Amino acid sequence: MPSSRTLIASNTLGSNASSVTFSSIPSTYKDLVLRLSARTTASSTINLVVITPNGTPSASFIRLRGSGSSASSSSSTGESTWYTGLVSGNTATANTFGSIEVYIPNYASVANRVYSTFAVQENNNAVAYIDNYAGLDSQTAALSSFTIYDGTFSTNFVAGSSFFLYGLKNS
Amino acid sequence: MTDTPTKVIVDCSTGEQTVVPLTAEEIADLQAAAAQAEQDRLAAEAEAAAKAAAKQAAQDKLKALGLSDLEVAALVGA
Repeated sequence: MPSSRTLIASNTLGSNASSVTFSSIPSTYKDLVLRLSARTTASSTINLVVITPNGTPSASFIRLRGSGSSASSSSSTGESTWYTGLVSGNTATANTFGSIEVYIPNYASVANRVYSTFAVQENNNAVAYIDNYAGLDSQTAALSSFTIYDGTFSTNFVAGSSFFLYGLKNS
Repeated sequence: MTDTPTKVIVDCSTGEQTVVPLTAEEIADLQAAAAQAEQDRLAAEAEAAAKAAAKQAAQDKLKALGLSDLEVAALVGA
């Protein structure tokens, strides 16, 4: 497990935006960690967040989800994005944001890439969600950029949403 | 989205952050992705509904054979 963590870049949205891209990611780290706090303009309490890494992925994943009153699991293959979890949509409790952490080990490797996520959607109501995803992406290019979208590709991340990319090293 | 959507690009090598209005082509790509996402969502919902219906049908058949609700739940879940 890498022992040091460095903030590579971050962004806090000053206005609504449809996507956030981290480009020219240096290949000098061992692993990457993306942490985000986001809310979207979707007309729902929840909104999936997805990542499109460089190139066209063919990703598969398994998911564990808890809603506070129940739990479920599912899986999928042949996805063109990385599913990461749910954040708050526009009808969730005002000013609440969802939080997601994405861990990408060996991101500079050209072998199949794995990722894992932990997401908590905030909502001061009867139901809120916790999501865990574990995914495999079979594209074989080193990860040098990725873009974060809402999973419907039709709404915005709201101003105040923040995105932090960390690099982890062994020393 | 009624206004022209924007994207944020963070260049990790320089730290530069830019907010860029999407081009017509990028908007079209986004709309195509949105349509595909909606299609995928509907397909997933249909699959889940079909599974739920099949489960209910199986439970009904087991009950018709004389199993109690508790016994059916033990076999196929509540």
